[in-house]
Amino acid sequence: MQLDAKIPGGPLAEKWDRHRFELKLVNPANKRKYDIIVVGTGLAGGAASASLAELGYNVKTFCIQDSPRRAHSIAAQGGINASKNYQNDGDSDRRLFYDTIKGGDFRAREANVYRLAQLSGNIIDQCVAQGVPFAREYGGQLANRSFGGAQVSRTFYARGQTGQQLLLGAYSALSRQIAAKKVEMYTRREMLDVVVIDGQARGIVVRNLVSGEIEKYAADAVVLATGGYGNVFYLSTNAMGANVSATYRAYKKGAFFANPCFTQIHPTCIPVHGTYQSKLTLMSESLRNDGRVWVPKKPGDKRKPSEIPEAERDYYLENKYPSFGNLVPRDVASRNAKEQCDKGKGVGETGLAVYLDFADAIKRDGKDTIEKKYANLFQMYEKITADNPYETPMMIYPAVHYAMGGLWVDYNLMSTIDGLFVLGEANFSDHGANRLGASALMQGLADGYFIIPYTIGGYLTTAAKKQIKTDHPAFRESEKQINDFTNKLLSIKGKRTADDFHRQLGNILWEYCGMSRNDAGLEKARKLIQELRGEFWKNVLVPGSDKDFNQSLEKAGRVADYLEFGELLVIDALSRKESCGGHFNEAHQTEENEAMRDDENFCHVSAWEYKGEGNDPVLNKEPLTFENVKLTQRSYK
Amino acid sequence: MTKTLNLTLRVWRQKGPDSAGKLETYNAKNISTDMSFLEMIDVINEQLTLEGKEPIAFDHDCREGICGMCGTVVNGRPHGPEKGTTLCQLHMRHFSDGDTIVIEPWRSRAFKIIKDLVVDRSALDKIIQAGGYVSVNTGGAPDANAIPISQEIAEKAMDAAACIGCGACVAACPNASAMLFASAKISQLALLPQGKPEAAKRAIEMVRTMDNLGFGNCTNERECEAECPKEISIVNIARMNREFFKASFFSDVK
Repeated sequence: MQLDAKIPGGPLAEKWDRHRFELKLVNPANKRKYDIIVVGTGLAGGAASASLAELGYNVKTFCIQDSPRRAHSIAAQGGINASKNYQNDGDSDRRLFYDTIKGGDFRAREANVYRLAQLSGNIIDQCVAQGVPFAREYGGQLANRSFGGAQVSRTFYARGQTGQQLLLGAYSALSRQIAAKKVEMYTRREMLDVVVIDGQARGIVVRNLVSGEIEKYAADAVVLATGGYGNVFYLSTNAMGANVSATYRAYKKGAFFANPCFTQIHPTCIPVHGTYQSKLTLMSESLRNDGRVWVPKKPGDKRKPSEIPEAERDYYLENKYPSFGNLVPRDVASRNAKEQCDKGKGVGETGLAVYLDFADAIKRDGKDTIEKKYANLFQMYEKITADNPYETPMMIYPAVHYAMGGLWVDYNLMSTIDGLFVLGEANFSDHGANRLGASALMQGLADGYFIIPYTIGGYLTTAAKKQIKTDHPAFRESEKQINDFTNKLLSIKGKRTADDFHRQLGNILWEYCGMSRNDAGLEKARKLIQELRGEFWKNVLVPGSDKDFNQSLEKAGRVADYLEFGELLVIDALSRKESCGGHFNEAHQTEENEAMRDDENFCHVSAWEYKGEGNDPVLNKEPLTFENVKLTQRSYK
Repeated sequence: MTKTLNLTLRVWRQKGPDSAGKLETYNAKNISTDMSFLEMIDVINEQLTLEGKEPIAFDHDCREGICGMCGTVVNGRPHGPEKGTTLCQLHMRHFSDGDTIVIEPWRSRAFKIIKDLVVDRSALDKIIQAGGYVSVNTGGAPDANAIPISQEIAEKAMDAAACIGCGACVAACPNASAMLFASAKISQLALLPQGKPEAAKRAIEMVRTMDNLGFGNCTNERECEAECPKEISIVNIARMNREFFKASFFSDVK
């Protein structure tokens, strides 16, 4: 299939403006005749629900948590980028665009990323108008800090709780529309299928997680904002409930899945400490503004950090990358941490950790200043580890954090299924092979507040308007499949819990498809996943019944999808015979162990098409053309 | 140092909103002191499942103290014994070998029990829907630096805005009052210039909705402040009361 990204013509900076003019409009009186379903209430879904309802559409919004305020956007700590250039330090839309394209190792679409940069300033304006309490300077102006992969200070923040405050802003706008009866809010619902009729997305089927009932909802368009798939690795910084099921089931209905092997492993997380561990906790990248990363120079040095003199420490990021230092992009920082630990220079009980040291910053700026910037992060660290980072360096290690890959979308954010739009982390569009810090919040809100309100109108005016009700055979068929799937899970009554299978799948992926990959390992992983999936369907134990509040059943359904999706991730990694950003194939590296791209053969988006159970997915390529930037070997030296 | 504990758990089990519940006893053996409280429940649940029993239903999501989804009453205290800590951030090193731990759901007339430790907190969303927002549509906002806001005001607003909506304040209060929750949002928006045009309406509508939903009144017990995992101050309740009286006496809002 020929993928058409529908990128508008004209100069880069004028594309979005031109496109908005060319999109057909729905007149205000007609908007109320359209029903739109939004799944997910994070930054993208919350912002989209509120903005679409403000325009007059009838919106039905769904989330799996007990309240739309709980979505995992809430946990983003460090900040949100915008090219406001308030610091007068040389920032511009073009610079934010370039940093993002380069940070993504030249595997994102120019037009999408430029639009993102153009919209970044509007987001800050919108959030401030909502009452988001961003950090301020003494004069009352907004404060900024620096993040990885940039040499300007363009990150806006609200202590270490930026995601929380932005999400509560979107949630407040959504709450206003719920009160105005323009949004019907459905909480504790899990989307289990997209209903496609005559090639168009016309509704969803969900499980009511309280009663266990299967419910059907029809609409004129469906918007998925269901987040990323990082939890396929079992241990990640994602929330426990974050899952791939909504996007994976859309994939099975015909939406292409793009670049699943582009997963971000974040360099600064609290290290793993036990097999019972359920998740990993991120320590914001903003800490790298003031923290210095180091390991002992001598492998196997077991002395306490305070006993290792300055001359015997290796500040490897500062030494290797003098211009970016501790603020290199995430993929680079993570790989370097792994490299040090592989050399035996890792610290802590497991040897799988490096130090992030604030002693110099505290000496320079005083404890009060550091406390003001990072108090909640330091407190979080102390609660988990019982160590005080004001006195002893933090220990950190990389962990799975974000999915750059996601459902393929065109410039309008529409998937390969007409009328199925995908926003935020759930799509693949803007971050290429590596996302820069403080860019996820920017993308989620740009998609939700400023892109979907325009592009969905363009679709609705051209799509055939047909009345569809939930008694349509396609809905009944979907419901039947879901019931069969659930009954099968409950009837196996095996000997292992879904969690147990999930943990094993995570180990396989982390081992063979984590920070560093090779073809033999990937082949092995694929086989191991197939075997594990076979065992799952014979030996999983799911207690309870379907017509009840049953968290084990929810989990089992998600793990069943991970066991298929995990293989897709490996297949994608195998097919990309180059290294770029978060995808590092050992066979493709420079002499200095940096990722080596192959622009001749792999300058494309890999979009996978589902071909039915038991068949290999088919690869469709969307070539990436760069007219405004020169493809170079990324350098942060 | 990592150690292991043997504990006795007394956990509230209730099949549904209309069934009777009771405390069941479970033995938790070899619990590592590095585990979080919720990881300890995971271990028990894995064990129960393998024994053919139904695991304990409990709400949780981010497990890093920010989503507000988790929370049970542990030995009579919402989110357990540690100050300024959500249940997911409470680690087992704060307990001793041989302890008995009683685990119960939030209890309040406004929070119906769904199952075991899971309660329905949608009443909190309804309070926000009554006015916990600035009425501004997407688009057309002025430049973010157009309204200077002093650092002091921004910090105070942020202190209030840190509320995670977990409902521990309600569970802690002998009157099951939601005043700390409502006042945090009213305060945040009353402090900031963006929230001022609607301040009177917001205070009246949110307080009225809170009362109608069956939450009790504030009698200055200060339990909410003591148990709040984000240490939201009851200064916010005083500010809400001021906003409410100001609105009642000096505005046209009915």
